[in-house]
Amino acid sequence: MAAVVVLLIALAAIGGLYSAVAPTGQAKADETAQSLTITEGQRLYSVGCASCHGTGGQGTSDGPSLVGVGAAAVDFQVATGRMPAATSQGAQIPKKKNIYSQAEIDQLAAYIASLGTGPSVPTEEQYDPDGADIAKGGELFRTNCAQCHNFTGKGGALTHGKFAPDLEGVDPKHIYEAMQTGPQNMPSFPDTTLSEKNKKDIIAYLDAVNSEDTVEPGGLGLGGLGPVSEGLFAWIFGLGALIAVAVWVAARTAKAKKS
Amino acid sequence: MSSQDIPEKNLPAAQETEHGAVGVADEQNPFADPGLPPHEHRVQDIDEQAAKRSERAVALMFTLSMVATVAFIVSYVAIPHDKAIYVFPIGHLNALNFALGLSLGLALFLIGAGAVHWARTLMSDEELVDERHAISAPPEVKAKVLADFRQGAKESAIGRRKLVRNTMFGALALFPLSGVMLLRDLGPLPGTKLRHTLWSKGKLLVNMNTNEPLRPSDVVVGSLTFAKPEGLEEHDHEFQTEIAKAALMIVRIQPDDIKDKRELEWSHEGIVAYSKICTHVGCPISLYEQQTHHVLCPCHQSTFDLSDGARVIFGPAGHALPQLRIGVNDEGYLEALGDFSEPVGPSFWERG
Amino acid sequence: MSTTKNSDARSSREKAPAGERVADWADGRLGIYSLAKANMRKIFPDHWSFMLGEVCMYSFIIIILTGVYLTLFFHPSMNEVEYHGSYIPLQGQLMSEAFNSTMHISFDVRGGLLIRQIHHWAALIFLAGMFVHMMRVFFTGAFRKPREVNWLFGFLLFVLGMFTGFTGYSLPDDLLSGTGVRFMEGAVLSVPVVGTYLSFFLFGGEFPGGDFVARFYSVHVLLLPGIMLGLMVAHLILVFYHKHTQFAGPGKTNNNVVGMPLLPVYMAKAGGFFFLVFGVIAVISAIATINPIWSMGPYRPDQVSTGAQPDWYMGFSEGLIRVMPGWEINFWGHTLVLGVFIPLMIFPLVLVAIAVYPFIESWVTGDKREHHILDRPRNVPTRTAFGVAWITWYMVLLIGGGNDLWATHFHLSINAITWFVRIAFFVAPVLAFIVTKRICLGLQRRDKDKVLHGRESGIIKRLPHGEFIEVHEPLSQEALHTLTAHEQYEPAMIGATVDENGVERKVKGTEKLRAKLSKSYYGEDSQIPKPTAEEYKEITSGHGHH
Repeated sequence: MAAVVVLLIALAAIGGLYSAVAPTGQAKADETAQSLTITEGQRLYSVGCASCHGTGGQGTSDGPSLVGVGAAAVDFQVATGRMPAATSQGAQIPKKKNIYSQAEIDQLAAYIASLGTGPSVPTEEQYDPDGADIAKGGELFRTNCAQCHNFTGKGGALTHGKFAPDLEGVDPKHIYEAMQTGPQNMPSFPDTTLSEKNKKDIIAYLDAVNSEDTVEPGGLGLGGLGPVSEGLFAWIFGLGALIAVAVWVAARTAKAKKS
Repeated sequence: MSSQDIPEKNLPAAQETEHGAVGVADEQNPFADPGLPPHEHRVQDIDEQAAKRSERAVALMFTLSMVATVAFIVSYVAIPHDKAIYVFPIGHLNALNFALGLSLGLALFLIGAGAVHWARTLMSDEELVDERHAISAPPEVKAKVLADFRQGAKESAIGRRKLVRNTMFGALALFPLSGVMLLRDLGPLPGTKLRHTLWSKGKLLVNMNTNEPLRPSDVVVGSLTFAKPEGLEEHDHEFQTEIAKAALMIVRIQPDDIKDKRELEWSHEGIVAYSKICTHVGCPISLYEQQTHHVLCPCHQSTFDLSDGARVIFGPAGHALPQLRIGVNDEGYLEALGDFSEPVGPSFWERG
Repeated sequence: MSTTKNSDARSSREKAPAGERVADWADGRLGIYSLAKANMRKIFPDHWSFMLGEVCMYSFIIIILTGVYLTLFFHPSMNEVEYHGSYIPLQGQLMSEAFNSTMHISFDVRGGLLIRQIHHWAALIFLAGMFVHMMRVFFTGAFRKPREVNWLFGFLLFVLGMFTGFTGYSLPDDLLSGTGVRFMEGAVLSVPVVGTYLSFFLFGGEFPGGDFVARFYSVHVLLLPGIMLGLMVAHLILVFYHKHTQFAGPGKTNNNVVGMPLLPVYMAKAGGFFFLVFGVIAVISAIATINPIWSMGPYRPDQVSTGAQPDWYMGFSEGLIRVMPGWEINFWGHTLVLGVFIPLMIFPLVLVAIAVYPFIESWVTGDKREHHILDRPRNVPTRTAFGVAWITWYMVLLIGGGNDLWATHFHLSINAITWFVRIAFFVAPVLAFIVTKRICLGLQRRDKDKVLHGRESGIIKRLPHGEFIEVHEPLSQEALHTLTAHEQYEPAMIGATVDENGVERKVKGTEKLRAKLSKSYYGEDSQIPKPTAEEYKEITSGHGHH
């Protein structure tokens, strides 16, 4: 698998290099910036994506059709490193280091968006948690998300090795895009059923309860996993400490050395 | 146990082995018990300086405990109850809880540590011996008790006057029934309550998130939506009890992908509405995998296939999730075409 | 040993110090001198494992103290209120008064969170302590006559502790515990014939209704702890009455107890240990969160979170319910919910399996003597193997109860783990039994070697003819005695099948079973014969060591 990843990175690097040195600019000066971006995106696409998703994004047996998935899906998948994926997958494509620059991702997204209409990349105003209703976000999170991602977004198990990832440290933009587009097995929550405001509230809730600065009033959060980690802690550190103390209490005091 | 059983002498316990009596090891018994080893002194027993050090250590612990209690009181008064601090390596936590717990813990621990150190270093550590005495009474005591009992029983005439005895047993056996009767009003009888939900013909499907009725166009393929019956609001007194049965999970599947004929019939253009309540023990099942159309219960991992009549494909659930038959009303909103055709939630004896 | 005061010797009372006068007053009314005579200098043997029971008793006292404090602020009501406390992420949310008041305790009562955490941590440690205490008693054979009744008292305390814990963590009416209560409804509904009625009586109608918090509350703070307190006092009285068991050793016999006196050493050690236990739990509560209900939110029957588990002591029942296949039988308009009802029935069986063990063992041995010297686990391989098999069974179920967390943390398939547990449920205890028995026999063999050939000294000696040998040091008399102090039974034999008149009697099935069990306990494959005096003499009088 590592070899495949290296190959992909190499391909992408060549693609990037190609797009950097390719004769552009002057000859296409009359074209709009938009179509230029799309062309660049298409070029990136043919190098990094087409082998699985088909030359025109129509999909193959190795990857689904990308017609109509929209720019938001591309931005999420590529920026979180899930795409391009290694060819031999486990149960689920994991997030990994992203190999594209944001500019390249935008080009790819523009190209895919040109294939069919779909959700566009959200603007910062849409996902910025400032001023949103945290408590409402919590209620929405418990209704729509906690069943897979846990109370505070620590993640959870799905069938046959699939899983819902931990949401700590995930860019609000990507959370927004994930809700909108439903990557992999996650269902989507389009604006028609989970409004823009709802999404913003959920992001604000996650920001409050699952970030580096979240205050755990009682001390160690123990992973936020509930009674299993609490039980382990009680056995190992609670009972463990008490047994250590009991050994001290019951032990005989050292005897004076015989002279 | 019975007289027909293995004779006592053939049982394992019959082969007595002596717990070696105290004595000198000799030719006959090389493993004899040498008896308690002689007592050895601790440093503190023979060196007054060391004993003094122990005394000071104990006193220091008791003193530090007092300091910790003062720290507890000061923290209680001085630290605002909502102040958060960062403590390495624990993280951000409530300052008051941390200070109170630590000072209380120290105050208590130091009392205990002081007392134990005192016992271990300054109190006598010479081992003493207590003799044990048989738990069972000697035969003469047993005989006396049995005789007393027979005498008492005879005087009461409980054996002779059978009518008194039997009616008394009858009375004692019956009266607890009053107590059982009194429990009757703990709750109403089930009746057919578990068979009905708030859903009925014409009730609109209201989106949980936006509190707006749903239109078919709102529900796209691959999305997941939760709905409640029109008219049920969170403030309602009966909200909890009603939503415990009526909660609905709505997904849209390409009609070609729906394998179950009735499921397709009861859907609206591939929009299917299933009970959100697991048929195993009632968890709100909703871990929907949009590519496989499987839905998993987070509590006990029952897995249902929403593209095939929500039949069980893994886990402890015993039957498929009930489907709600839906359609579209004149104004273009999704509506129920009746109640669930079977009880939702966990199975029960009368379910059938 | 006794500290009897002879009041007659002191001709008049005017000289008696104040303390003695108070004691005299109490003695005249309560008879305290006679009570103190037997107990003041009572001997307790020193061993760390004998203090596990104290961990339980002290954490129970801590739970009662903190529990009383919590009742001063907790409102056991399910009336809906809107939250307006200090915790921002729940502002304006609808919740029951129970949840609201628990939030109030956690965020707006100074020290409230600490007491809540001490209460809950102490509860987890209480149950863990009881489990380990029970295992100590089991593996050392301390449950044998005359202590069988106290074994049952202890077992009941453990079971009641589980249910007190369950009713306790259900009180805040949060999303996690509410999910557990919902499971309980499903479990009750699965009971054939009366299940539906029981459920309606329990919840005052349909789930969740508005009654269960108040009902659980009186069960949690009054009924169960009341019974437990009584049982614990009885448990302690019996410990005093029987006197503590002790391990074999020089000077220790079945008819004595060797150790330190209650006054002053055990007064200081046991009294001090209470403060140590309390101190450790308080520090844990200062640094580690338990049951953060603010993260879970108030209960709603249509919401849930992944990772829904009960507290650890209920975890094995969670495992049972998770790995059970979904069997359900419909007949004549009725449903038999085997997928839930079978685990519900195995749940008590798992517990009863260990509770009845002492009675099975005493039936097999037919031993009616008192036992005050503890067994080393290796010297009773079958019992030890049974105990380890039971623990293995319990642990397999605990793994099943946390299958989702195993899946996410070890990147496994939840379905594979479930299948593993389904198979291990039957296979793992058997394997554990076989392996443990073998280990025990190996250890017995090593003990025998030690007795006969001495301890390996680590010193290598070269003999004149060039051979290298390790010098074995003979054991001390103390060690020789300790390693050979255990009893070894012979297996039972079925008595004569023909009576004195030559009439053949029928050998009953129970008799055969008893003989079979006895053989598996004490047969050739189940114990290594202790070294005899003859063997020892032969070796020590010969060439010393080889």
